[in-house]
Amino acid sequence: MSYSITEPSARQKWIAGTLVILYAVITMIPLLWIMMTSFKTPPDSISYPPKVFYEPSLEGYVNLFTTRTRVSPEKLASLPPPENFAEEIVRNRDMVIAGPSKFGGRFLNSVIIGFGSTFLSIFLGTLAAYAFSRFKIPLADDLLFFILSTRMMPPIAVAIPIFLMYRKLGLSDTHLGMILLYTAVNISLAVWLLKGFIDEIPREYEEAALIDGYTRFQAFYKVVLPQAATGIASTAIFCLIFAWNEYAFAVLLTSGTAQTAPPFIPTIIGVGGLDWPAIAAGATLFLLPVMIFTVMLRKHLLRGITFGAVRK
Amino acid sequence: MSDTTADKLANKTPKRVARKIRGLSDRAIAWLFVGPTIFLLLAINIFPLLWTINLSFTDFKANRINREVKYIGIRNYERILGDSDIWLSMQATAHFLFWTLFFQVLLGFALAWLINRKFRGNDMWTTIIVLPMMLSPAVVGNFWTFLYQPQIGLFNYIVAFFTGADPSSFEMLGSVDLAPWAIVIVDTWMWTPFVMLICLAGLRSIPDYIYEAAEVDRASKLRQFFTITIPMVLPFLMLAVLFRGIENFKMFDLVVQLTGGGPGSVTEMASINLKREAFEKWRTGYSSAFAIILFVTVFGLASIYVKALNKVKER
Repeated sequence: MSYSITEPSARQKWIAGTLVILYAVITMIPLLWIMMTSFKTPPDSISYPPKVFYEPSLEGYVNLFTTRTRVSPEKLASLPPPENFAEEIVRNRDMVIAGPSKFGGRFLNSVIIGFGSTFLSIFLGTLAAYAFSRFKIPLADDLLFFILSTRMMPPIAVAIPIFLMYRKLGLSDTHLGMILLYTAVNISLAVWLLKGFIDEIPREYEEAALIDGYTRFQAFYKVVLPQAATGIASTAIFCLIFAWNEYAFAVLLTSGTAQTAPPFIPTIIGVGGLDWPAIAAGATLFLLPVMIFTVMLRKHLLRGITFGAVRK
Repeated sequence: MSDTTADKLANKTPKRVARKIRGLSDRAIAWLFVGPTIFLLLAINIFPLLWTINLSFTDFKANRINREVKYIGIRNYERILGDSDIWLSMQATAHFLFWTLFFQVLLGFALAWLINRKFRGNDMWTTIIVLPMMLSPAVVGNFWTFLYQPQIGLFNYIVAFFTGADPSSFEMLGSVDLAPWAIVIVDTWMWTPFVMLICLAGLRSIPDYIYEAAEVDRASKLRQFFTITIPMVLPFLMLAVLFRGIENFKMFDLVVQLTGGGPGSVTEMASINLKREAFEKWRTGYSSAFAIILFVTVFGLASIYVKALNKVKER
């Protein structure tokens, strides 16, 4: 490596590295604790001092996916031997499995609403971004600012009329209603980011295609779309993460059929208080996909996070 | 009419052929492409906003639809400006806003500066630091209430371990003095990486030759830091503060899960107060007026701030 006066010295790097790693380790403690708690038994989870070493158990996950009822010791003894490990864990607490819990359905709702709204945001957003990037649209700057400014409204402020509107249209607590709502919130981010990506594709490509006899539509989906694929993919991840994490609208506008996981997870209650291992299990299953996406997409993170305001 | 090469060529060809080449006119395509987005925003953002403005002049209650709705002029607005609860919630918001921004700017900039020393593996550690901000604030906030439990909570245990205090002697969420700081800690933990990432982009945008020139001129490292690094990162840092400021002014999910506005109402910030008025007390007209006031406040502050930001950029 060539010597440069702006290159930090080895000692500087060592100190900087140590401090950053120290911060990273501290920042990870709460997340690690969630995962660790999900493999504890309820008594282990609330012991003092907090247990770092313990015998792992799947009780949290079993409790997350089932509802259970307490039975008398005589009845418990009269039952046939447990069929699987879940049954065995539950029986050890003098209970039997009564049925599945609501968690699976809530998680599925998160998936449906997340992917549905992401697809719609990207579909509409790409079209709008292409038009803003390539055509002269009257008042384009004002329209773009208007699209961005919708992001400044506190969700609760919009929630009041949307609550009334959805009640009238029969959209409250439906998948469609939530998909439309999240799309409306996400589309500002999508248009801004995608416009930035499409701006970077040279116009000459399409012009060549147009001269070759392509129509605008053909030029759009045969030339521009493939070029913008990476940008579209990273925008999609951001829309998905927003819809996945959203809480305020979900808690106000859904209560059953279309309720997503974030309002549901904190309400998991065990026998005699909150069931922390089950909550931690739900949190782990819910947070892990996002963590994996983040690690996979780290190179494309910055632009999405900063609303496209910071370019590479 | 746009003047791209393709359009010029198209204009020279006979009309019938031109239409075949271009399909729909560009203008038609433009509106076809932008239309649905604008429609969706009008239906789900602008129409509700106008409706909120309308409701804010009434005494409407959403849980009693059949009651006659009366227009009461600006009475709601007058009442809000004289309501001490609202002012307390604005104070709580200001406290939260100030201290979260303070710590996040400080820590975020320091981290970015350290990461920019380009030590080995800085990419991997940056990714790890970024993780908290990608996660659901509601789910994570809920779990923090567990960490904050007196006696059994990990946070209390660690603090007690280092200070020698009794871990059950303080309640982060239950005490009037500590609860505002409990939410500041979690928000800082979650969003420092955001400020860090933007600062990092700023630091990386400074070309090496500026430092090289300063080195040739024998400017001290400290001087370089204050005359090159800080001014060049400032626009980025201000942008980060703008984004975080808007988000934290609207703060809802994290704080609802952590304290629910309590104890009493010391952490009842604007959004939480609004939710209580609108969906628990069902004072729809009154809360609509409050929503409008909040929106105008954010919008106004943000516009002034953006003007300042542009001035800094121009320098």
